[in-house]
Amino acid sequence: MKFLRDLLDQQKPLFQKGGKLENLYYLYEAGETFLFSPKHTTPARGAQVKDAIDLKRMMITVVIAMIPCLLFGIYNTGHMHYLAVGEAASFGDKFILGLTLVLPIVIVAYAAGGLVEAGFAVVRKHPINEGFLVTGMLIPLVVPATTPLWQVALATVFAVVIAKEVFGGTGMNILNVAMTARAFLYFAYPAQISGDQVWTYLGDKTPVDGFSGATALAVAYQSGQEGVNAVSNLASHNAAVMDDMFGFANMFLGFIPGSIGETSTLMVLLGAAILLFTGVASWKIMLSAFGGAYIMAAVMQLMAVNEFMAMPAHYHLVMGGIAFGIVFMATDPVSAAQTESGKWIYGLLIGVLTIIIRVTNPAYPEGIMLAVLFMNVFAPLIDHYVVKANKKRRLQRATV
Amino acid sequence: MSKQIKLKKGFDIRLVGKAEKKIGEFQPVKTFAIKPTDFIGMQRPKVIVKEGDTVKAGSPILFDKKMEKVQYVAPVSGEIVEIKRGEKRKLLEIKILADSEINFEKFDTYTEADISAASREKVIDHLTATGVWPQLIQRPYGVVANPEDEPKAVFISGFDTHPLAPDYDYLLKGQSSYFQTGVSVLKKLTSGKIYLGLSGENKSSELATIQGVEMHQFSGPHPAGNVGVQIHHIAPINKGEIVWTINPYGVVQIGKLFTNGIYDASKLIAITGSEIKSPAYAQTYIGSCVDAYVEGNTKSDHVRVISGNVLTGEKINRDGYLGFYQHQLTVIPEGDYYEFLGWMKPTAEKLSYHKALGLLSFLFPKKEYALDSNARGEERAFVQTGVFESVTPMDIYPVYLLKAIMAEDFDEMEELGIYEVIEEDLALCEFVDVSKHPVQEIVRKGIELIQYS
Repeated sequence: MKFLRDLLDQQKPLFQKGGKLENLYYLYEAGETFLFSPKHTTPARGAQVKDAIDLKRMMITVVIAMIPCLLFGIYNTGHMHYLAVGEAASFGDKFILGLTLVLPIVIVAYAAGGLVEAGFAVVRKHPINEGFLVTGMLIPLVVPATTPLWQVALATVFAVVIAKEVFGGTGMNILNVAMTARAFLYFAYPAQISGDQVWTYLGDKTPVDGFSGATALAVAYQSGQEGVNAVSNLASHNAAVMDDMFGFANMFLGFIPGSIGETSTLMVLLGAAILLFTGVASWKIMLSAFGGAYIMAAVMQLMAVNEFMAMPAHYHLVMGGIAFGIVFMATDPVSAAQTESGKWIYGLLIGVLTIIIRVTNPAYPEGIMLAVLFMNVFAPLIDHYVVKANKKRRLQRATV
Repeated sequence: MSKQIKLKKGFDIRLVGKAEKKIGEFQPVKTFAIKPTDFIGMQRPKVIVKEGDTVKAGSPILFDKKMEKVQYVAPVSGEIVEIKRGEKRKLLEIKILADSEINFEKFDTYTEADISAASREKVIDHLTATGVWPQLIQRPYGVVANPEDEPKAVFISGFDTHPLAPDYDYLLKGQSSYFQTGVSVLKKLTSGKIYLGLSGENKSSELATIQGVEMHQFSGPHPAGNVGVQIHHIAPINKGEIVWTINPYGVVQIGKLFTNGIYDASKLIAITGSEIKSPAYAQTYIGSCVDAYVEGNTKSDHVRVISGNVLTGEKINRDGYLGFYQHQLTVIPEGDYYEFLGWMKPTAEKLSYHKALGLLSFLFPKKEYALDSNARGEERAFVQTGVFESVTPMDIYPVYLLKAIMAEDFDEMEELGIYEVIEEDLALCEFVDVSKHPVQEIVRKGIELIQYS
């Protein structure tokens, strides 16, 4: 480590004021502080000791929490491919195929976003924000494995610039950056992120007879249109390749078509456990969002006028990206409500809105993306009223 | 019967180096200093002695031209050896070389009956002329009280929950009769009540038998002992109101002044911290030089010497002077080192309020830590939410308040409770902050904006 330290110290004058590369100081700083936590000490006045946490550690905790979803997503990408083309394959084959499809997306997302981040850091003279560690991992997990890489790059650049940097970087943004990337893809290139064909990688092979690449939500929505029982329609779907693919248990485990990281509710819950145990994400948001979704789905079931609405409420929680969205996107502390009471309202409305959009919007069966973005916009308003109540208490006290 | 108030929010910073309850063996301290910078809000300090003058304990040496009535006096008798000034001739320290035997200025003595017969004006004149007045601190703002004001009430916190804080029962041992006299004097200053906050965990406090005060018992983690937190739970400060606070030491000092007729600046201090070889208490006077406690008593040379505790204290030199209001000296390792991959290395050696990846200190709820002065990362925008609230046992939104201060939004600051806090009340936020903001500095900036607006 001494060698690395010496190397860094030797190069430092180049990047410091007056050095040849002083414009690139924040790039150097990012590298330096990644390798070595700095030797700054606390100022003469104020807290003389500091808590061991910093933003880097907090962000890496979120990245670690996403790893179960990533690994499962890699495997499932390969698994769905071999299922669709009707070939038997070993665990290793599936995983390696998945890796060759998913890894490039991860690398492109990190590279594209990293370049934007670094560019802004150099021009705006601010340190490189660790928040990007999380965004760069979230974006690959919410797109299908078949997404063209240039679209991944474009969406990442768009999201980092428009959703984050124009507001001043991590901590100042209003919208969740990764959700913005996905929304961008959805509205700019709907052909590559919706429909029945995009979720399963086929390569140059043809699918076996009777295979349909539709997602569970699409099938459930179709049941509503056609007036057939949603549960049995789901259960019999893709019977040619797999028994009970859209049964509750299999949807919970996640061996279904969908975006790379969102399919397995189990893996999402594993990530949620990490986030909750470490206290990095708010349990209030998660609980109220899942609760809101379940209650709304139950209300829908009671008032059912079609078979989709009549689907049991708990099915909603394992279909589509709702679990992933709630656990990793809705809890983003910057774009979520920031007051403790506000978090309850914010989470609840995300859950409720997701189900409303899913069930009543004919254009798009998945609602979590729009629900999170919508509530991101409303979070400051919720906080405003919570804080106003605090001010009012203070004011009332004064007159008594 | 005193009222019980249980606080849940907060955090105890458990450190190595708590002072043993005994008087340690130290070299006698030779010099003492009064530092005008200790008196927050002092605007135009004016020295009235010259180098070479001799003073007695209680002789005026300094006053604030903005509040001329209040005298700041010499804690010990001796010779003024140096009047130290800094940049732009800012007055930093007035150093006194102490006599081996302290000579006191003689003031009037009062019996209990004299005190109750005396007028408020007479009591105030006596307090301001004899040097004990600066012990009275005004809230809002946390500045030396103005004798022109009449406070709504006076608040005393009878215990200290800061890291390695001295045990007030030990500091005040055998002084409760002076304290009682002090309370009688304080009652002259306000038509309201005198509130005394005691620790709910300590039923046999030295102060438990004091009469004429309304007692509240506070239990819970730090900052339960902060007078600001106690005020918030007893009778919160509203816009336009003024209350005064005073440390128990000040109450005792007032008691001694009225009973014995002298300005007695002797005090017990705790010598604490992981770098101190034998942490113990020491008998000294206000403004004590710390060299006698540091030299030969530290485990290494690369240390940070702190006047006060690690949350709200101030870094001083090895031959610096303890602050006017401090009862504690803390010595910790200086943290100016790089650490390879320090931001993700698992550690149980560093204390954390959080449980993020690799922060294992939550597994050892009783362990004491030897923390150093490393800043543990760089400053960032606010990201994590809910944490400041969870260490602030007050109905206040610290992040919103801090943002209002940063934006210099005066109305917002008022509405969010700037009058109810001073630096120490939000010091824990500064410790736990993921984004490493200088919270206390921001709070003081906000107070000054409001105060001088």
